[in-house]
Amino acid sequence: METEKRSRGLWRDLRQNPAALWSLVFILIIGLSSLLAPLVSPYGAGGLDVAHILERPSLNHWMGTDGLGRDLFTRVLYGARVSLAVGIGTTFLALFIGTIVGLISGYARPLLDNLLMRIVDIFYGLPDLLVFILLSLILGRNIVGLLISLSLVTWVRFARLTRGEVLQAKELVYVEGARAVGASHPRILLRHILPNITGPIIVTLTFMIPAVILAESTLSFIGLGINDPYSNWGTSWGTLAQDGWRAMRTYPHVIFFPGLAIFLTILSFNFLGNTLRDILDPKGKLR
Amino acid sequence: MSRFLLRRFIYGLAVLWAVATLTFALMHVVPGGPFDREQRLPPQVLANIAAKYHLDDPLISQYLRYLKGLVQGDLGPSYKYIDRTVTDIVASTLPVSALLGILALAFAITVALPVGTLAAYYHNSWTDRLCLFLATLGISLPNFILGGLLIWIFSIQLGWFQAGRLGTTTSIVLPTITLGSSAAAYLSYLLRSTLIETIGADFIRTARAKGLNEAIVIFKHAMRNSISPLLTVLGHLLAALVTGSFVVEYVFAIPGMGRFFITAVTDRDYPMIMGVTLVYSTLLVSANLIVDLLYSVIDPRVRSH
Repeated sequence: METEKRSRGLWRDLRQNPAALWSLVFILIIGLSSLLAPLVSPYGAGGLDVAHILERPSLNHWMGTDGLGRDLFTRVLYGARVSLAVGIGTTFLALFIGTIVGLISGYARPLLDNLLMRIVDIFYGLPDLLVFILLSLILGRNIVGLLISLSLVTWVRFARLTRGEVLQAKELVYVEGARAVGASHPRILLRHILPNITGPIIVTLTFMIPAVILAESTLSFIGLGINDPYSNWGTSWGTLAQDGWRAMRTYPHVIFFPGLAIFLTILSFNFLGNTLRDILDPKGKLR
Repeated sequence: MSRFLLRRFIYGLAVLWAVATLTFALMHVVPGGPFDREQRLPPQVLANIAAKYHLDDPLISQYLRYLKGLVQGDLGPSYKYIDRTVTDIVASTLPVSALLGILALAFAITVALPVGTLAAYYHNSWTDRLCLFLATLGISLPNFILGGLLIWIFSIQLGWFQAGRLGTTTSIVLPTITLGSSAAAYLSYLLRSTLIETIGADFIRTARAKGLNEAIVIFKHAMRNSISPLLTVLGHLLAALVTGSFVVEYVFAIPGMGRFFITAVTDRDYPMIMGVTLVYSTLLVSANLIVDLLYSVIDPRVRSH
């Protein structure tokens, strides 16, 4: 019942903030229409049409066509699947790894904590994108390899956050109480501490998804992202932008629409994150 | 205090050694190499190449050779540019990237100071909301989209700046704005929240109560106490600028280190990849060391920790 009350409060707060609400609606629309892409768009994902190459936006082709006559709107819809899957998939994988490491690290004895935190330090000492690039050399430039190499870098954020929260929480009275009645360590961690630190984790999650989408599209744009042209999962928004980049001088629409999709999606997640932070983290620890 | 710094210094060296070892291991795990061609090279040529770069030596002796070179500032030969060493290439490309980075940082600070201060001073007003909105826009706009947009508007449509030709003074303007924008947004955001906290503090109320000029209260009392938290993000900011430089140098065809790094990755020029990675991590480790140093000067409490 407690949770129900809390989520209703969350919904009320969200409704009072139009920017966050519209962001949520936008994300849902993008997500749903990319899932239902075959129903939304009359063109197939690979529908070449040599008679209509590089056409400007029209009623038939809302976003115009690309260099092979493919409908750009359709490509953006299918690209959304890849970009969102990478963003959301990576974030949840990172959340899983990072939270476990953070929980153990914050709760365990100093020796293990020190070891884990030194590993975290090394990851923090390098620019994210550089590590992605190095890892993707090994793991391959397909969607699975990319997902793994992106989460191998981003889990660090969750590990640091969770560790800090656990360090604070384990001094609090409710943990002491749980220990006094003889609860086991896993039970204290999972049933008592974890539910109490979900707020900051959810906020970080909301900011992580756009950061990963940005990283993936940047990688694809500079030609180091997914390179898997024969798979259904081979073309993200970043790849589309890269395609359009070469033709930008004469056919700006080919880069404009994928770019707009990336920008609006990242913006929506950030607006949503800002509002969630105000609601879930009123003391401003994550500021 | 010097013991604290010495410890941080040794720790920094350890991180660098770890990075060198990890990248070395990584580059020897990767399948394929720079000398794989569609048409296989004759075995004699491959043998010569292997002999020249000591590729047939046991891994451990290659590793020791690499470490020995590093200590002497030698990052090894480039597999792609046969007549140049990695150190040569870094020496000629790093200054270009550094100039761009410094200009971008200067741009970011110039924008962030007034924006962050205004937003904090008029907290919760429409000015604040506008500044926050702009900062969120700046954070959400990827470098490559902003760069493309600026090129399209200012070089293609208006013809004010030439894109893709470094050397003239104006050609650096667009890359600087592109690289600096997200840092500007990030810094304004941070300055705003630290300033809001400081302005709410008791000593500011005291300063106002004793009738001090509002400008002095804000710029002397509040600002001084809000700047130091910003120092901690220096390392983070530098990392963001490095990441950004990959893209900006690609978009504007600037012959900096980021651009060479990307070509090295596509060419599988392993010594070059390892070298550039090490240079970047050295920069970051030094930046964090400088932050520690500045911090222990500004805030004596740090030293005892």
